[in-house]
Amino acid sequence: MNKTLLIIKREYLSRVKKKTFILSTILTPLFFVALISGVTYISVQDVDQEKIAVVDQTGFFKGNLENTKALTFEFPNGVDTANYDDKGYSAILFTPKDSARNYQLFSKKQFGLIAASQIEDQINKAVENNLLKDKYNISSKAIDSIRKQAGEAKVENFYGERAEVKKGNSGLAYGVGYGAGFLIYITLFIYGTMVMRGVMEEKVSRIAEVMVSSVKPFQLMLGKIIGIGAVGITQFLIWIILIIGLFSAASAFLSPETMQQASEASQQMNGQNAMAAKAAAGFNLSETLSGVNWFLIIGCFLFYFLFGYLFYAALFAAVGSAVNEDPQDAQSLMLPITMPIIIAIMIMIKAVTSPASPMATWASMIPFFSPIVMMARIPFGVPGTVSYVELITSMLLLVGGFLLTTWISAKIYRTGILMYGKKASWKEMWKWAFRKA
Amino acid sequence: MSTILELQHLKKYYATQKAVDDISFSINTGSIFGLLGPNGAGKTTLLRMITGIFYPDSGQILFDGKKFDPLNDVQQIGYMPEERGLYKKMKIGEQAVYLAQLKGLEKNEAIEKIKFWFTKLEMQSWWNKKVEDLSKGMQQKLQFVTTVLHEPKLIILDEPFSGLDPLNANLIKDEIYRLAKNGSTVIFSTHRMEQVEEICDHIVLVNLGKKILDGTVDDIKQTHKQNLFSIRFEQEILPEHLATYLFDVKKSKGKELIIQKHAEFNNNEILQYFLGKGLMIHSFNEILPSLNEIFIRLVENTNATARAFQPVA
Repeated sequence: MNKTLLIIKREYLSRVKKKTFILSTILTPLFFVALISGVTYISVQDVDQEKIAVVDQTGFFKGNLENTKALTFEFPNGVDTANYDDKGYSAILFTPKDSARNYQLFSKKQFGLIAASQIEDQINKAVENNLLKDKYNISSKAIDSIRKQAGEAKVENFYGERAEVKKGNSGLAYGVGYGAGFLIYITLFIYGTMVMRGVMEEKVSRIAEVMVSSVKPFQLMLGKIIGIGAVGITQFLIWIILIIGLFSAASAFLSPETMQQASEASQQMNGQNAMAAKAAAGFNLSETLSGVNWFLIIGCFLFYFLFGYLFYAALFAAVGSAVNEDPQDAQSLMLPITMPIIIAIMIMIKAVTSPASPMATWASMIPFFSPIVMMARIPFGVPGTVSYVELITSMLLLVGGFLLTTWISAKIYRTGILMYGKKASWKEMWKWAFRKA
Repeated sequence: MSTILELQHLKKYYATQKAVDDISFSINTGSIFGLLGPNGAGKTTLLRMITGIFYPDSGQILFDGKKFDPLNDVQQIGYMPEERGLYKKMKIGEQAVYLAQLKGLEKNEAIEKIKFWFTKLEMQSWWNKKVEDLSKGMQQKLQFVTTVLHEPKLIILDEPFSGLDPLNANLIKDEIYRLAKNGSTVIFSTHRMEQVEEICDHIVLVNLGKKILDGTVDDIKQTHKQNLFSIRFEQEILPEHLATYLFDVKKSKGKELIIQKHAEFNNNEILQYFLGKGLMIHSFNEILPSLNEIFIRLVENTNATARAFQPVA
C-alpha cells in the first residue's frame, strides 16, 4: 500500500477509535440542542415580573402606560420610597411635572437592561401620545391605528438578474452566514491544534527520526494533515445527522404555540439585539428555507472548511515541529497563526451586517481570512452580493495559498522534527523554509 | 569481497560548522562496522545521509554498487536512531505491523515475521499492550525488532545498548552476530569503546567532521601500539637489573615490571637481556592500547567538547 495512505489510515483510525472522540462527537450535538432548547424555554417561561408603583404628578400617565409581560404599572395612593417594598411593589417611579427634570425609579435591586429600557419605551410612548393629543388633538385610538398600519409594512428584497429574481431574506442570511463563519473559525482551531499536537507528540516521543528513515517528511506531514482532516469531516457528518435527527424529534414534541412564544420573546428584546430578533423572526421555516440555495451553501462550506483547514493545518504542523517538550513554547509560536484567524472572525462579524462592503470583499479574497469571511457572505446570495468572479477568485487564491503554506511548512517541518534541545524562533524557521535542502 | 556501501567525499556544511567534511570509506557486505566519534563529531549527520534523511552537499553514496536512491533503497535499510521512540498510545503488535508496512511489507507477511521475532525474544504476551506500559529496556527490545523485521541488507544501530541490562544486551548482541552471519551488514555507532572492540570487524573514527582512523580493530591497535610490555619475574627486581639502552622503565613494583621497548629492538633481544641477568621470567606480554586510549589520544586537544555544545542548525 502507498505509504502516505498508510499514514493517513493510522492517523485517522487512532483518533476515531478513541473513547474521547466517540463521546465528544455524540455529546456535542446533545449539548447544543439542550442549550438551545434550554435558552428558548427560559426566555418563554422565566420572565421577571416587576410590579411598579407610579407616583404620577402629571396626571396623563394613568391609563397610558401599557403593561407588558415583564412589567405591571399601578397607580396606588399613599406609596412612597419608604414603604413601596412592604406594599408589594418592586419599584417606585416618580414622574415630575416639570418635563426638564428626570424621571426617577427607586428599587431595591438594580433593574436589568431590558426591563429598564422597556420602562423608558413606555414612558416615551406615553409622552408622545400625550403631546399628540394636547397639541394636535389626535385621540389615542387614532394613534394606535396609525401605528398598527405603519408597523405592517415589510420590505421584500428581490435580487438577481431580471430572468431569475430570488426572494431574499437578510435575517436568514445573517443567521446562516454567522453560523457558517463561526463554525469554520472553531474547526480551524480545533483541528489545527490537533495537527500541531500530533506533530509535537511525534517529536517528544522521539519517533520522528524512525519514521523519516522509512518515509519522506513530506509524506509524514501530509498524511497527518489529511488523516486529521478526515476525522474532522467524519465528525461533521455525524453531527449533521445527529442534529437533524434531534431537532426533528424536538420539534415534534414542542407545540407550535411554544415556537410562536419563542419568537415573540425574542422580538421583545427588540432594540437590544435587533439583528438577532430579525433573524429569529425570519424563521418562518418552510417558506424561507426553500428560498435559499442550500446546495451552494453546503458545497461552499465544505470547500472552505477543507481548504481553510489545509491552509492552516500546514502552518500548525510547522509550529509543532519547531517546539520541544514544553507546551508553553507552542503558545508563543502559535500566536502569528492564531492572529489572522481571530482577525478573520472580527471581519466576519462586520461582514454579516454589510456583506458587500469593501473590507468584507477584500478580506474574502485573502486566503488567511477568506474561509471565514467568504462563508459569511455567501448566504446573502451568489450571484448577487457575491459575484461568481469573486467566488472563483477567492477559491483559487485559497487553493494557491494552501499549496504555498504546505510547501513552506514542509521545509520547516523536515528540519524541525529532527531538532532537539531548544525551541526554534520564527527567524530560524524562516531560514529553514528558504534554504536549500 | 563486495562492498554494500561506499561513501565518496561526502560533505555536509551547516551555517555554523562543517558537520561532515570530505569523508570517504567503504563497508564490506556482511561485516560489523563501527562508526566512532565523540559527541558532535558528525556521526549522526553521516548516518542521516546514509539513510536518505539528509542530502549531502557534495560527494556521493554508492549502495550495493549503484548510486544511492533514497526513495527505494530505504526499504533495504533498517535504522535505529539515537533519538528513537515509538507511538506511546499504540498497541505493540499494531505498531510493529505499521512500521513494517512502511518498510514495504504486506500485512500478513509482517504479522508472521513479528510473531517469529516475538517468540524468539520472549515477547509473545506483549501484542495487545501499549508501548507506554513497557519499561525502557522492553521498549528498546521492541525497537530493535522493528528495525530488523523487514530483513534489511544494511542495519544501522546508533547506541543500541543504551538502557539495556546486561542480559538483554547480550541477547541483542547475539542477534547482531547472527544477522551479520546471515549476510546483513551492521553499522554500529557508539562512543562506548569496549563494545566496539568486542563486536566490530572494521572501524572508522571521525572527529570534527573528518575521518581520523580507518581499519580493522587489530590493525589499528598495531599501528597505535607504544611497545609496552608487562613482565613478571619469579624474584624481586633490583635497580641494577634495569640499567640498559633497550627500553625505558614505565613502572616497577616488586616482581612486576612495565617497560617501553625502543622500537629498533625486537622482543627476543629483551628476553635475552633478562635471561642474561639470570632472572626467571614468569610471564611476558605485550600491552596493546585499548581503543579507548587511542580514541582519547587522538581526540584530545581538539576542540571536540566545545563543539559538542554548538547548535546543529
